[in-house]
Amino acid sequence: MNRRSLLLALPIIALLVWIVAFPNVAVVAGSLEGGGTHWREFLESPADREALWTSLWISVASVIASVAIGLPLALLLQRAEFPGRKVLSAVATLPAALPPLVGVIAFLFLYGESGAVTRSVQALFAMSRAPWALSGPWAIVFVHAYTMYVYVYLFASAALENFDTSLDEAARGLGHGPLRRFMRITLPLLTPALAGGSLLVFMSSLGSFSAPYVFGGGIRVLSTQIINSKLNDAIGVAFVETTVLALSAVAGLILLRWLEGRRQYTITSKGRAVRTPVRSRAARVAAIVLSTIVVTVLVLPHGMVLLTAFAVDGAWTTQVLPPEYTLDNFRRLITDPQLLPPIRNTLVMALLATAANVLVCFVIGYLTVLRKFRGRKLLEILAVLPWTIPPTAIAIGLASTFDAFDPLHGKVLLVGTFWILPLAYFIRGLPLVTSAVQSSLRQMEPSVEDAARGLGASWWLTMKRVVIPAAKPGLIAGAVLAAITAVGEFVATVLLFTLSNRTVSVEILQQLRSQAFGTASAYSVLLILLTFSLTLLARWFQGRTDPVAVR
Amino acid sequence: MAQDSGAAASLTLDHITRRFAGQVAVQDLSLEIHAGELLALVGASGSGKTTTLRMVAGYELPDAGAIRLDGRDITKLPPEKRGFGMVFQHYALFPHLSVQDNVAFGLEARGIASTERRARALQALENVGLGEKASRQVQALSGGEQQRVAMARAMVIRPRVLLLDEPLSNLDPTLREEMRSELRATLRRAAVTALFVTHDQEDAFAIADRVALLQHGALLQHGTPEQLYDRPASRAVAEFIGRGVLVPADDRGTHARITLGGATQDVAVTRSGGEMMLPNALAVLRPEALHLKTDGAGWPGQITARRFAGAVMAYTVDVGGVSLEVLTPSRGGTVNDNVRVLVHREPVALVSA
Repeated sequence: MNRRSLLLALPIIALLVWIVAFPNVAVVAGSLEGGGTHWREFLESPADREALWTSLWISVASVIASVAIGLPLALLLQRAEFPGRKVLSAVATLPAALPPLVGVIAFLFLYGESGAVTRSVQALFAMSRAPWALSGPWAIVFVHAYTMYVYVYLFASAALENFDTSLDEAARGLGHGPLRRFMRITLPLLTPALAGGSLLVFMSSLGSFSAPYVFGGGIRVLSTQIINSKLNDAIGVAFVETTVLALSAVAGLILLRWLEGRRQYTITSKGRAVRTPVRSRAARVAAIVLSTIVVTVLVLPHGMVLLTAFAVDGAWTTQVLPPEYTLDNFRRLITDPQLLPPIRNTLVMALLATAANVLVCFVIGYLTVLRKFRGRKLLEILAVLPWTIPPTAIAIGLASTFDAFDPLHGKVLLVGTFWILPLAYFIRGLPLVTSAVQSSLRQMEPSVEDAARGLGASWWLTMKRVVIPAAKPGLIAGAVLAAITAVGEFVATVLLFTLSNRTVSVEILQQLRSQAFGTASAYSVLLILLTFSLTLLARWFQGRTDPVAVR
Repeated sequence: MAQDSGAAASLTLDHITRRFAGQVAVQDLSLEIHAGELLALVGASGSGKTTTLRMVAGYELPDAGAIRLDGRDITKLPPEKRGFGMVFQHYALFPHLSVQDNVAFGLEARGIASTERRARALQALENVGLGEKASRQVQALSGGEQQRVAMARAMVIRPRVLLLDEPLSNLDPTLREEMRSELRATLRRAAVTALFVTHDQEDAFAIADRVALLQHGALLQHGTPEQLYDRPASRAVAEFIGRGVLVPADDRGTHARITLGGATQDVAVTRSGGEMMLPNALAVLRPEALHLKTDGAGWPGQITARRFAGAVMAYTVDVGGVSLEVLTPSRGGTVNDNVRVLVHREPVALVSA
C-alpha cells in the first residue's frame, strides 16, 4: 500500500516543487544576486521603506475595521431576533461576491470624486466641490473594510453558532453586567475565530493590488511597488520587494496562528445558542431603520455597477447619476470582435485551471488524509504554500522562472504564451481545493476504506464507491471557490497577460481608462453573474449529493 | 451590585403564565417554597419545568403573574441582580478559565478583593472535595467533578436561592446514586432554599423535601414524596409517579371492592381529596403492596413472566386479562403457575377515572 501511495505522490511532489517551490526560491535567490546590492538599494530607498510601512499599517487598519464591522454584525445576527434580520443576514456576505476589481470600480462610481453618492451630498449641501476625495490610504482601508469584513463575520458567526448561550447566562446569574460578560466570556471564547478571520483579512490586504492601484493617489504600497520595479526593469529590486512582502505575510500568518491556537477551547457542554427577541418598541424601530441603512450600503455597489452597465459610454460627466441609458453595452460585448475574446479567455482559462485543481487536489487530499508514507508532510506543505504567498509574489516568481527555454535549469518558456495564466490560476487554487477536500475526507472514518477493502472491493471500486463520494462535497465547494477566484483574478493577470489571452478584468481596466464606464460595468455585471451562478451551481450540487444538507 | 446576603429566603410563584408563540408553556402556576426548603419540580420533557426555573432565575419574563422573594416582587429584576445561584444542566463552566477562576467569577461581580476571592473559591472547592484540582482546566475534569465545580460556583456567592437544572442528568447511573445523597447533604448543610428541576422522580424523592409535579405547564400536585406516592391526587399523578396498575374499583367509603378475574377483594382505601366518595374510582395497585399465594383467597391468575431483582422477585401475573406486577421476596413461583394475588399492604389509593 505504501509503495502505491509513494508512486502516486512522487510525480505530484515533483510538479509542486517545480511550479510552487522553485519560482519562490528563484525570487529569493534573485534578490541576493550581486552580493546584496539589491537589498541595500531597497533599504536605502525612501520610497520602498514608505511602501513597506504603508502596506503594513493599511493591512492592520483593514483588520481593525473588518473586526469592527464583522464582529458586531455577527453578534447582532446570531444573538438577536428583530424585524429585518433575515434580509440583513441574506445580504451580509454579499460583498464577498464582488470580484476584487469590480468592488473597486463600484466604489469609484459611488464614492469617487464624480461618484453618485459624492455628487448627491455635494448637491444636497450646495457645495462648490466634492466633499471628499476617494484617494490615499484611507480610501484603500475603506474599500478593504467593505469587501473583507465578510471573513471576520463568517468566522465569528460560525463560532457563535456553536457558542453555548448558557455560558453567558451563567455569568449573568453570577452577577455580571453586559460589558463585563462580553469582555470576560464572549470575547475570549471568540478569539480563535477572530484570529482566523483577521488572518484572512491581513493576508488579503497585504496582497491587495486593485484598490491601491486605482485609489492609491500616488501613495506607495509593496504590491504596486513590485509592479513598478518590474516595469522599470529593476528586476533585482522587484525580487527584494517580493521577498519582503512574502516575509511580512508569513510573519502575520505565524502571529495570528499563534493567537488562534493559544486560545483554542473545545466547548464540552452541549448547550444551545438562542436568539433573544428584541421586545421594546423603540429598539424594534431602531433595528428596522438600522438594518435598512446597512442593507442599502451593502447592496449599493452591486446596484451601482448594474445601473452603470446600461449607461451610454462617455455621457456620464457631472450628473449625480448617468443621464442616458442603453442596452448597447451588452449587445457590443457579444457582437464586437474586440470585446468577445476576453470573455472567452476568462472562461476557458478558469475552466482549465479548476479542472486541473480538481484532479490534482483530490489526489493530494486522498494521500495526505488517508494514506501514510514518507513525504506526506512535504506534500501537504507544498499544497498550502501558495496560500501564504501574496499573489503578486506568485506572479513575479512565475514571470522570472518561466521566461526562457532552459531545461537544464528547470525552465520552460511560458511567459508570453497562453499557458502562463492558467498555471497562475492553478497555483492560486491549489490550497483552496486541497483544504476543502481534506476537510471532507477527515469527516470520513479512515477504517471505512479498510472495511471496503476487507469486504473484497478492489482499489478502484473502493475509490469509486467510498473515497470519491466522501470527498465530493469538499471537491465541489473548493472547485467553486477556485473558479470564482480565477474568474475575478487581477493581480497575477495584470503582470502576466498578453494581448491574445487578456481577461475580462484586464479589459475592465482598459475600458475604465478610456472613460468607457458603461462597457466596463457591463463586463463587471458579467463577472458578478458568473460568480453568482457558480455559487448557485455549487448549492444545487450540494443539495443533490448531500442528504444531510437537504435535511 | 449583586447581593451577597447569604440568608435563605422564601420564594413565591404567584399565578405565573408563560406562552411561546401562542403555545402555553406554563399555565397559571402557583407555588410556595419556604426558606431553607428543597423543592423538586418534576415532569416529563415539555411539561414547563425548565421554563419555570428560567423565570425564577430571571432569564424569562412571565406573561402574567408575579415572583416574590421574601414577599418582595422580583418578577422583572434581571438575573444579575437576583443573587441566585444556578447549576446548569450542562454545567456551563467557562472553558477558558481554570477551576478556581470559574468558582471565583461570581465573587468578582460582588467587588470582593482578589485575595479573598481566591481564598473563598478554594474553600468552596474544598467543600466539594476538589481542593487539589483548583488550578486545573475545566476540560481536564470528569463529568462528576465538573458537576461539583458547578455546585461550588453557585454556592460560593452564598445565594439566597439555589436553582438546579437537571443537575444529575449527565452522570452515569452509579455516580448518580452517589451524587444524590451527596447533593442532599450539601444542600442541607448550607441550609439554602433550593429549587431543582428533574425528569427523574427517583432524584426528586431522594433529594427534595417536597415535590411539585407539572404536566403541560400546569401543576398537578405538590407535597412530600410520600404524599405523592401514597395519595396521588389524580389519575395523571398516579400514572406518572411510581409503578403500579390502575384497576376499576367500587368505592364504598372506608373501603373499596375490587373485582378481578371473577373474584373480589375488599381493601381499605385512602383518597387525596378527603372523604368524598368517587363515582368512577380507580385503585392504584403498587407492586410491593401485592402478594402471591398458591391457593385460597385472592384474584386468580397465571404467572406470565418472572424477573430476578436481587432483594425481591418481580412477577407479572395475568388476572382476567389485566397484567399485574407483584414484587415479593418469595422466589417459589415459575412461569405458567396458577396463583392467587392478594393485597397485603393497605390502604390502597383511589383516584378518579
